[in-house]
Amino acid sequence: MENRKTIRKWYWVWDFEKEENWLNEMALNGWVLESVEYVTYHFVRCEPGEYSVRLEMHPYDEEYRHFMEETGAEYVGRMMMWVYFRKKTDRGPFDLFSDIDSRIRHLDKIGKMLTGIGGANLVIGIVNSFSTSRLGFVNLLCATLLMYALGRIHGKKEALEKERLLHE
Amino acid sequence: MAEGFALTEATYYILLSLIKPLHGYGIMQKTEELSGGRVRLAAGTLYGALSALCEKGWILLLPTDSDSRRKEYRLTEKGLAVLRTEVARLRELADNGERVLQEV
Repeated sequence: MENRKTIRKWYWVWDFEKEENWLNEMALNGWVLESVEYVTYHFVRCEPGEYSVRLEMHPYDEEYRHFMEETGAEYVGRMMMWVYFRKKTDRGPFDLFSDIDSRIRHLDKIGKMLTGIGGANLVIGIVNSFSTSRLGFVNLLCATLLMYALGRIHGKKEALEKERLLHE
Repeated sequence: MAEGFALTEATYYILLSLIKPLHGYGIMQKTEELSGGRVRLAAGTLYGALSALCEKGWILLLPTDSDSRRKEYRLTEKGLAVLRTEVARLRELADNGERVLQEV
């Protein structure tokens, strides 16, 4: 029986929660995330349900990694701005966020990143459209997609903010 | 934050835990202990809150030996005052609630 498998997969930024659910389903089926590469996941056999997996947008931060490890979580790896952790389920429940405020802050972080990259693409796209380069439309296409993503993230944030009016 | 604002449950328990110096994981354990297991702080939530509370000057980072990765925090005088105000506010909330509910 194979003990390792590799799955190439990518996801839209607004589906990050679905991605996390999928990684946890894999763990429930006996495959836990062991390392990540660019659009590639490496899994290793585990007892079904032995681990929970979490992902978060977080800039590289050694200190945060140590902080997480101190709480019993293991650092799995990072792919672009996303960092992946796992924790054995017998070491207690594993969540990255325990209140609405921190979930909102996380979405803000994602939103800022999208705005930054989207804005850069927009500027480059406009500049290139007026120059001899024919690639301007590619940047404008990217900018459009990033703005759409920003809208989706913003929608999630609004839903949380509405909830936050009533409780934490 | 102006006085009279409500603290979040996470902020409240972090401040309460830091009457004595603790590191991050210690705060999570202390919070669970103080709340009888009801409140569990998630690591990401706690990490963000700690830096925000340091910026506010309600808690401070204690100097540690260079070989230790663990960072310890402690409540400041300012943090203690915030905590006292909050406890008074919560008492008022609970008293008001009980008084009204007694009439039901």
